[in-house]
Amino acid sequence: MSTHFEATADHHAADAHGDHKQGFVERWLFSTNHKDIGTLYLIFSFVMVIVGALLSVLIRLELATPGLQFFKPETFNQFTTLHALVMIFGAIMPAFVGLANWMVPLQIGAPDMALPRMNNWSFWILPFAFTLLLSTLFVPGGAPAGGWTMYPPLMLQGGFNVAMAIFAIHMMGISSIMGAINVIATILNMRAPGVDLLKMPIFTWSWLITAFLLIAVMPVLAGAVTMLLTDKFFGTSFFNAAGGGDPVMYQHIFWFFGHPEVYIMILPAFGIVSEIIPTFSRKPLFGYQAMVYALASIAFLSFIVWAHHMFTVGMPLGGELYFMYATMLIAIPTGVKVFNWVSTMWKGSLTFETPMLWALGFVILFTIGGFSGLMLAIVPADFQYQDTYFVVAHFHYVLVTGALFAIIAAVYYWWPKWTGRMYNDTLGKIHFWWSMVFVNLVFFPQHFLGLAGMPRRIPDYNVVFADWNLVSSIGAFGMFLTPFFMFYVLRSSLRHGAPAPARPWEGALGLEWTVPSPAPHHTFTTPPVIRDGDLAHGDFAHKDYD
Amino acid sequence: MTAGRWTQWDAARSGLARGLVRAGAALAALALPVSAFAQAAGKDFEPDEPVRWQLNMTPGVTHTAQMAYDAHMFALWVCVVIGVLVFGAMFYAMFKFRRSKGAVAAQFSHNTTAEIIWTIVPVIILIVMAWPATTKLISEYDTRDSAMTVKITGYQWLWKYEYLGEDVSFLSRLDRKDDVIRQSRVVPTLASNPHYLRDVDNPLVLPVNTKVRFVVTADDVIHSWWVPALGWKQDAIPGIVNEAWTDIRTPGIYRGQCAELCGKDHGFMPIVVRAVSKEEFSRWLAQQKAKSAPVPTAPATPVAAAPAASAIDTPTPAGG
Repeated sequence: MSTHFEATADHHAADAHGDHKQGFVERWLFSTNHKDIGTLYLIFSFVMVIVGALLSVLIRLELATPGLQFFKPETFNQFTTLHALVMIFGAIMPAFVGLANWMVPLQIGAPDMALPRMNNWSFWILPFAFTLLLSTLFVPGGAPAGGWTMYPPLMLQGGFNVAMAIFAIHMMGISSIMGAINVIATILNMRAPGVDLLKMPIFTWSWLITAFLLIAVMPVLAGAVTMLLTDKFFGTSFFNAAGGGDPVMYQHIFWFFGHPEVYIMILPAFGIVSEIIPTFSRKPLFGYQAMVYALASIAFLSFIVWAHHMFTVGMPLGGELYFMYATMLIAIPTGVKVFNWVSTMWKGSLTFETPMLWALGFVILFTIGGFSGLMLAIVPADFQYQDTYFVVAHFHYVLVTGALFAIIAAVYYWWPKWTGRMYNDTLGKIHFWWSMVFVNLVFFPQHFLGLAGMPRRIPDYNVVFADWNLVSSIGAFGMFLTPFFMFYVLRSSLRHGAPAPARPWEGALGLEWTVPSPAPHHTFTTPPVIRDGDLAHGDFAHKDYD
Repeated sequence: MTAGRWTQWDAARSGLARGLVRAGAALAALALPVSAFAQAAGKDFEPDEPVRWQLNMTPGVTHTAQMAYDAHMFALWVCVVIGVLVFGAMFYAMFKFRRSKGAVAAQFSHNTTAEIIWTIVPVIILIVMAWPATTKLISEYDTRDSAMTVKITGYQWLWKYEYLGEDVSFLSRLDRKDDVIRQSRVVPTLASNPHYLRDVDNPLVLPVNTKVRFVVTADDVIHSWWVPALGWKQDAIPGIVNEAWTDIRTPGIYRGQCAELCGKDHGFMPIVVRAVSKEEFSRWLAQQKAKSAPVPTAPATPVAAAPAASAIDTPTPAGG
């Protein structure tokens, strides 16, 4: 028995880059290594970003001028629906799961994720789910066209795509739930001695909380779409008014999933930014405990605000008031986070390497998205904003310049650790400034369009809306170049980048920087002995929890 | 340049930050000859039409729209002030505490007083924002004492209006001319089609200074009835009857469109409200009654009333 363990240990100790060569199939298809699976998630997410961005460019192409020049309205609706599903479930969520896979074990001093085989399965479901979803483009009747929210009765008017999309969503849900279970099991059971809960890095904290949100709400989505499925194919009437059902009930169930889902896509981003800003400010994160409690408060509030997506469905006055007040409350913990980031920078010693630029871009632009969110919470004004481009502007500010910017920041931040190579910082900065200009060109004018009265999800519009739409489209075309440029930056880093030291950023703290760069295939096979100064939060020797 | 357009720009001017509006107005000035021409082409008074390069919401022509505008502007200004403070502090930090300027990092990691202040102050700000929003909402939910009721039904992809108790009802769909253009791949211009996708065959006619109650529903999928000048939108949901009301102050033509994705022609089901004086409305209503009633009295005249009237008898031509 013991020899077996020895042998296994030896076998694995030989780095995959070292003498023992794992075959391609063995290494990538059957992988149980958290780093390899993290890489797979990130590559998958990158491919999906390209697919989703391509769809958005087609959308903006049609919207560049009034009149219908390129696509039929039904095709346009398929594009908007798929764009959202691909970006949410294919790009943003897997990117965060990939980052969790890579960084959570490294941050808590664990040898791997708690459930490595399930980890493999969580990932390998996704390519099949998205093949199924995207293949709906080629079936009779086309892809789902009822919006990513899939409201009945409209969704039920679809053809083959209804069953295919729903099955794909079930698979994504299973993948997410398994990924979340794995994260929780890892964080709760596998922390190295000395990494107390309130000494964990904020990114790990944000993922612990996110994982609980995922486990809580993905089954709710699965339930909602299953009811759609039986309504469509098995004669039930959950949402069919003629059969005694209620179409609004679907919206309640969907948004009970949907609002926590929004925070699933932003809490890890908060975690990332809370890692990066202290590093490049060379100063401890301001109010670490407050940051953890703010994350937890936001997560809790996310469960009790869902109907603010539904202010115009005809809720009773009491319902509208309650959801308005509850939604406004979210501004408080979110405000605490923003103030703490600024305070972290205050009296620091700031440098502006690429990851810092992306993190600062995140703070400013996400806050703008937060402002429009607060405005949307005010019901009398929401009666005008609801379902207009103002909403489109709002959620792209929080998801593109929020979630996506944070993911890019994380890649630039941890890339030297993953690959052992530095990248060209100037190119990274060009990537940032180019994105900064064009992303605002895409989305800022959409505020104006919404306020002027342009509804969302329309393929054509009156000529008065043409000017801002053209600006927005130009921004989208410029933005579409950025993933390719990022690919170029990272590929040239892999080929020609200078070797990265274990701690490539002067101010970086945390266990991930105590291992060499690139991180060996297996790290922390024996729990690390934590010394003073290894952890960013909490001094190991003195039980100081700040 | 009509009076209506000026009213709108005045409102925008008093509302948005002046510099922002100047920038917008400068751009709009370039567009004015075109839009003024378009305005002259349509003879109707349209006080709340959107303009090119428009930046902001307008106060509309009802009390509800004014309240939406006030709530919007108040929230916007609160956000602008907070934004100036937060981003100001951030940019100050970015320029003042650079390592390249020799900044040495302090090592403080919390400040309880500051944290309490920036938790409590937002609570107060939120209460200040929630209070007027609550009073506004309560008044908007009061549908009592309406003078008349119109039933709005959404279909894929048109609207049906019924004047309850008056035996007047008709369908309202995208103007035929716009329908042709949208399928022709032509790029419409303001000069050729000022109301592209915003005109209908039969507008909803309403009296001004009258509290009109709406009951809103749908027959196939969910739609949403929205005219920005009236200040609200209300989802039209099959199996559910929602209530709303309006009291239009100014006569004129007000345009809007469906605001809830309802299938392929969601972008092509506009709404036009023609608000007229009470007297004109009575005349119009009498005319409509005469048109739709006459089958027993005048069997020989259906030719005259043909298209609209026959459509009413089959209210579900597209959706079903």
